[in-house]
Parts: sequence; C-alpha cells; structure tokens
Amino acid sequence: MNLESFLLMRSEIGLLAILLLLVIFEIFSNKKQKAAVIPFALILLAINTVLGFLPLASGELFGGSFKTNALLYFFKTTLSLGVLILLLQSADWLKEKVVDENKASEFFMLIISSLLGTYFMISAGDFLMFYIGLELATLPVAALVAYDTYKRISAEGAVKYILSSALASGAALFGISLLYATTGTIYFDAMAEVLTSSNLSILAFVFFFAGLAFKISLAPFHFWTADVYEGAPINVASYLSVISKGAAVLILMILLFTVFKPLMPVWHKIIYIVIIATMFIGNLFAIRQQNLKRFLAYSSIAQAGFILLGLMSVDQLGTATIVYFVAVYIFSNLGAFGVVQAVSSASNKENINDYEGFYRTNPKLSLLMMLALFSLAGIPPLAGFFGKFFLYTAAASKGYYILVFIAVVNATISLYYYLLVVRAMFLRQSDQAIPYFKSPVYMRLGLILAAIGILVAGVYSPIYDYIFSISNTFLN
Amino acid sequence: MDILSLFVVVPILIVLALTFFAKDLKQARLISVVGMGIQFAMSINLIFAYLKERAVNTGIMVFTRDVVWYETFNIHYSIGVDAISVVMIALTAVVLLAGVFISWKIDDLPKEFFISLIALSSGVFGFFISTDLFTMFVFYEIAVIPMYLLIGIWGSGPKEHSAMKLTLMLMGASAVLSVGILGIYFNSNADGGALTFNIFEIAQVNIPEAAQNIFFPLTFIGFAVIGALFPFHTWSPSGHASAPTAVSMLHAGVLMKLGGYGVFRIAMYLLPVGALNWSDFFLVLSAFGVIYGAFAAIMQKDLKYVNAYASVSHLSLVLFALLMFNKTAWTGAIIQSLSHGLLTAMFFALIGMVYGRTHTREISKLGGIMKILPFIGAIYVITGLAYLGLPGFSGFVAEMTIFVGAFQHPDLFRRILTIVVVSSIVVTSVYILRMVGKIMMGPLSNEEYKDLPKATWFEKTGLILLLIPVVMIGVLPLGLSEMLKESIQPFLERLL
Repeated sequence: MNLESFLLMRSEIGLLAILLLLVIFEIFSNKKQKAAVIPFALILLAINTVLGFLPLASGELFGGSFKTNALLYFFKTTLSLGVLILLLQSADWLKEKVVDENKASEFFMLIISSLLGTYFMISAGDFLMFYIGLELATLPVAALVAYDTYKRISAEGAVKYILSSALASGAALFGISLLYATTGTIYFDAMAEVLTSSNLSILAFVFFFAGLAFKISLAPFHFWTADVYEGAPINVASYLSVISKGAAVLILMILLFTVFKPLMPVWHKIIYIVIIATMFIGNLFAIRQQNLKRFLAYSSIAQAGFILLGLMSVDQLGTATIVYFVAVYIFSNLGAFGVVQAVSSASNKENINDYEGFYRTNPKLSLLMMLALFSLAGIPPLAGFFGKFFLYTAAASKGYYILVFIAVVNATISLYYYLLVVRAMFLRQSDQAIPYFKSPVYMRLGLILAAIGILVAGVYSPIYDYIFSISNTFLN
Repeated sequence: MDILSLFVVVPILIVLALTFFAKDLKQARLISVVGMGIQFAMSINLIFAYLKERAVNTGIMVFTRDVVWYETFNIHYSIGVDAISVVMIALTAVVLLAGVFISWKIDDLPKEFFISLIALSSGVFGFFISTDLFTMFVFYEIAVIPMYLLIGIWGSGPKEHSAMKLTLMLMGASAVLSVGILGIYFNSNADGGALTFNIFEIAQVNIPEAAQNIFFPLTFIGFAVIGALFPFHTWSPSGHASAPTAVSMLHAGVLMKLGGYGVFRIAMYLLPVGALNWSDFFLVLSAFGVIYGAFAAIMQKDLKYVNAYASVSHLSLVLFALLMFNKTAWTGAIIQSLSHGLLTAMFFALIGMVYGRTHTREISKLGGIMKILPFIGAIYVITGLAYLGLPGFSGFVAEMTIFVGAFQHPDLFRRILTIVVVSSIVVTSVYILRMVGKIMMGPLSNEEYKDLPKATWFEKTGLILLLIPVVMIGVLPLGLSEMLKESIQPFLERLL
C-alpha cells in the first residue's frame, strides 16, 4: 500500500486512529482523568469531521473490494457529522450515568466501531466486504442498546435487536450465496454484467432485500423497531434511526441501481408495495403512541417509506434526492431526539402528556422541537419540505403519480401526529409542566447544530445542487 | 432590494425584531403597528408605482425579477405583479394593519401572537408576488401552517379541534396540490423545451389534453379547498368561529382569497383545456356552495357562524364567476374577492368587539346594542347593508358585475345556474337583515349591557381603515375594473 491508497481510505483510517487513541487514553489515564475522555473523543471526532470536508479522489482498493467516490465520501462526512451531533447531545448523559461506572470510553469505542462498519459497508465493492461492514455496524449497537444494564426493558430490547438482526444477516447471507451460485462472482461490477432475471436470482434478491429491510425497518420487517427504541438509551435509539438507517438505505440504493439493475421490473414492484405498506403502518401506529421514543420509532419507519420513493427513479435524480433527504432527515431527527434526551435527563419524562405546557416553561427547547417535527412533516421553509418534495419529484419523474398521491396522503396523516406533540407543548397548559431547566453546554451545541441544519439545508440551494452534481459518480 | 421582495423581507425583519426586542404587550404591539404601517404605506406606494409602470410597460407582469434558486430543478425565485396581485397585496396590507389594531389588548403571549400573525403575512405576500410554481407553493404553505398555533393558542370554544381540522384539511389540500404541480412540471416540456416551474413559460406550452384532464381537478381542488369549495368547506365555519378576532379577519379576509387567486393564476391559466372540460362539474359544486352557504347562514345561532357560512356562500360565488370564463365575470370575481375580504374582516372585527363586551355571540341573547354602542352599531349596519349588495358599496359592484358576466353565456345550463345563484341575494338579505335587526335594533335584551364601554380609538381606527376602501370601490368602481380588465386579458386568451 502506498500513500495514495492510504489517502483514499482517509475517513476509515481517521476513525481507526480515534479508536486506538481512545484505547491508549483508557490505559494511561488514572481514575481522576477518566472524565476527560468526553472532550477528548469529541474533539477527535470533530477534527475527523472537519477533515471530511477536504476533497478526496475517487478510486478502488484491494482489487475492487473497497471503492470510494465523491458521493460516498460526502455521505460518510454527513454520517460523521451526525454522530458528532449525537455524541454532543449525549455527552452529559455519559457524564452523569456512565463515567462513574467507568464506561464512558467504551461507549465511544462501540459507537465509533459501528460507524466504521457503516463506512465499510457503503464503500464495499464486493459482497464479502459488504457483509463484514454490515456485521461490524450491527454488533456494537446490540451492546449499546443494552447499555442501561440495570433496566430490564433495555436488556429486552438488546435481545430483540440481536436476534432479529442475526436473522436478518442470515437472510441477507443466504441471498448473497444464491447470487454467488447464479453468477459465480461476489464482485458488484462483475455481477452486474452477468446477472439476468431468472427465478433463482429473483429468489436471491428477495432474501437479500429482506435482510436489508430489517436494518431500514421497512414493513413487514419493522416489528423490532419500537421495542428496541423504547428499551435503548435515547442516543442509541437516535443512532439506530438516523445513522444505521441512512447507511443501509444508501447501500440498498447503490445495489439496486447497479447490481440488481437487470431485475428492475421485479424490484420496482416489490419496492412499490413496500413503500405503501411502510408508510401506512408507520403513520397509523405512530398516531397511537404515548411514549416519545416509540412515537419517533414509528415516525422513522414512515420516513423510511418516503425515502424509498427516490428508488423509483433509477437515475441521478433519484440518487441525489435520496442522499439529500437522508442528510436532511439526520438533522431533523437529531433535533427531535436531542430535545427528548435533554428533557429526559433533566426530568426523566418521556411521554407526550408530560410535554403539556412545555412552551411556557422552556420556550427555546419547544421551538426547536416544533422546528424538528415540522421538518419531519415537511413544512416549508424547513429542510424536510424540500427533501420530501424532491423525493416526490423523483418518483413523479417516472410517472408514478399514484404512488406520489398515496405518499402525500401519508404526509398529511403524519402531520396529524406531529401536531399532537406541538399541541401538547404549545396549546395545552398544565400545572405539572416540566419546570424550566438550563441545558448543559454540550447539549446546547448539539441542538444548535441540528437547528442550523434544519433551517439552512433547505433554503440554501447549493447543498442540493452539489449533491446532484456528484450523484452520477457510481452510475454509468 | 426590489420593491416586491420587500414585502417578504419586511415581515421577516419585524418577526426578528419582535423575537429579540419585544418584552411585553406594549412593545410588541408598537413594533407590529409600526411594521404593518410601513407595509401598508408600501402597498399604497405599490399601487401608484404600478399605475406609473403600466403606462410604459406592456408585459403581463411588471417589476419582474428572476433569481435561480434550485438549478437542477430549474426552480427560480421569480416575482412580478399585475393589477390583480397589486390589489390583493393592498387588501392584505389593509386587513393586517386593521387586525393589529383590533388585537390591541391581546393578553396571553402577545409577542408570540404577533410573531405568528406576521410570519403568516410574509407567506401571503410571497404567494401574491410569485410567478414560479414551486416558490408560490412554498409561500402558500408558510401562509397556512401558523394558523394552527393562532387558533389553537388564542382561540375560543373547541379551539384544539377546530385548529386541527383546519390545518389538516388545508395541508391535505396542499398535498393534493403538490401532485398537480408535479404533473404540470413534468408536462412543461411537452413542446420539447426544458422542464420549468415558471408560470409564464409553462403557459406557452400545449400540455396534452389527457394530462390536463387528470391534473386540472387536482390543482383546482388543491386551491379551492381554501376557497371554501363545497363539500370541502367544513373546516371554515368551525375554524373561523374558534379563531381569535384578528385571525378570523385575516383568514376569511385574505387567506381564503388565495384559493380563488391560485385557481385563476395556476389551474385555469396553465391547464385551460382541462378547465373547459371540467368546468360544468365544478360550476355545479360552486353554485351549490353559494346556495348552501346562504341557507346554512340563516340557520345559525352564533354570530361568527353566520359570518363563516356567509363567507362560504360569497367565496363560492368567486369560484362560480371564475368558471364562467369571460372578462366581466372574472372582473367581478376579483372585485368580489376584494369586497368580501374587506367586509368580512369588518364583520369579524365588529363581532369581536361585541363579544368582547357582552361575552356572548348568540343572536338570541343580544338586542338593542345600537343605543349603547352607537359607533359600533352604525358601522355594523353599514357593513350589513354593504354585504347584501346595497348600491354605493363594494358588494353591489362585485355581485352586479358577476351576474352580468355570468348571464352573457348563451347556453341554457349556465343561464339556469346563474338564475339559481342570483336568488342567493334574497337569502343573503334575509340573514343579514334579521341579524342586524335583532342585535342592533329593538329593546335592550339585558339590563347589564347598559354600561358597556364605548368603542376605543384603536377599534375605530381599525374599522375606518377597512371602511374607506369599501366606499371607494362602491363609488368609483370604473378605475378599478379598467385596471383589472387589462390584466385579465392575457389570462382569458388562453381559454378562448
């Protein structure tokens, strides 16, 4: 390996360096210094994120197992920014609950290994690398879900997560082996050339898709989502709903647009039905939720349905809209989860009813929550509106107007339950309102970053235009 | 900064000023009054600037400006006005200023109230100046969503329910509209050009008839829901009844006009063949709305409900006139929008004043108010008479023009519908005269009402601001209708 190939893996090597530095820190720090791990890890990750804005060449490594290009690189940087915001938001939780138990650096190591896994997964050039990345992204999260070891519900969530993701990985692996059987190769490029629409390859696709659908929590593979989110610490639920899901959507899109392109007539039908089912199930179940974590779980299921709309147009437009929406969605969801986290650590309350009268005691937090929810619902001028409208555009560009119509109906349903939270915060008054509290510095920084993303990513058009310009890098 | 963009920028600046500088009610309303006063002065200035520019500029739109926004989708921030948008902007500015005066004593969360009200206005102004479908749609949604908070927090009665119903129905309609807009967008290259959202570029394209037949109803309904098209009007009575006074004024006075304006500017202009094919169907619906609204208004016990159903009736008349496709009827439709905007705002303001003093809106409990509150009573009677179409006020000019235009159609179907719709005038007189007679004249219904406080200076200012244009339109309609006719011409040509 020469310097150039090292540079191509810059994002991955950066994360690896952070991991090693954390290990070294863990070994050489005494008990008093342990608390410093939080700023230390945050600064390292911030540096890594900022470096991500430097341009990077496209290329392949290891005989085509590892690929990188401008789009993947942009996506990795976005994920890294998302994780940074997420860790900022959880810093105080860590300080409070975990540093005393000496587990703060573990948390960082687990989350960064999982992020590293998603990097490898989306950069994969063959199914072996893909599978390793997938597992590396999944396993640490199972440990994270069970992080509140003393809580029964947390352990339950972790078991559900590990079992269902093992099943999902198994299904995906079975699909991959069938693909190998039909084509005789595991490399994406070579497979794209020889794959034809046969019964076996369709069967292989179905298994493979089921595996990934678990990760994205598409209906009918969504059952684990709400329980796991409810059991997991809030920041881990947040990680699952934005980072894991975003990365899985991206790799699904890349594979569908390249490897599985010969099967397009088949997967178009499957995706069409899955979109409708996912949106309706996510939205209708979200209406009935009281716990905000479960609420956001179902809302994120519904959002996944919206994201898939971009898959219907197999071209640059679809790619760009999906990547843009995922980026926007990361900010919006982190805004919402951030507020839930802040409230939960200040007052231990997680139900929608508890938020009654919240505006009168904590105006800034409730404003941010409203912005985040409106962005998820797709209200202009917030970023989510542009994300959703462009996804509709992508689907409509291929003439799927009926699907778009169903999607806009669902957007209206989703507005209803997002407004339920707004109603509790703004319209209701309560004697037991959550009293005023001041969020700590890290939390505020994390929330402000999310708010900036929500407000700017839509109105400031060069972001989308840039994504569009790099979206053709993997399509040929 | 050009003369039009200021209409969007000034409200945003006021919102920022309110957010950071307003500490209490006094400061909040001072900032709002000054800001809306500037806005009002700008709109008067715009009318004169427009007349001056029109003399030398023969384009459909004047003061145009075009900035690329989203390059990949060919989305532009493109703006421009013709006579129709100018008068709508002036209407908005008047109603807003009056609304701020009427809300002088709002006590709960005053700062937030004015912020939501003014944020909403930036959406309305933006909607009226846009000539790009996407930008217009963005502004439209910005104008709708603050309603939820305005009704939900400061409203009365079953406010949470009404606010939710209104928001969901309007946002649902705008969701349907977005499908229509996408349909138009992806057909805008039918003649081989590039895809575009620009209204006047799309108007050069002959969109295939099959596509027009599908997307016209989506676009029409998308806009007409906010214009209270039967049977999608149900959000309007409950929403208006629950909303605080200034919000009812703004909503019935201005926001509902977005519907007619959108139908005129987008649905009919861009999809003319679809409009012709579907016109009979929607004509029946809107004619039914006119009659239904009028009869429903007779049956109401609550003053706000009377006015809300009257609005359904009068705004269905706007849609009815628009579907008649001739110059006179269209001029009438626009004058009716203006006239109704002013009059309904006055009505809601007056009802708010009566309610604020007597704490009831039930017609049966009120009576003889005129003796106690001469100013409010007198204006109430004038508004009522103007509303039912007494010559000398704007209502007469508007309805007369519509009916003359509508009757010009030679075919029997339209003539019969017109005759049916004309009969609503009688029904209107019934409910207006009964209402005014019962609550203003006659013996005092309740001894406690003897000491009701007289109208304050800010209430008078608000009412007079609205009354002046009503009389002006009524007495001197010719200048206005000439100005409108000129701007209607290019839109009408698309349909013939």
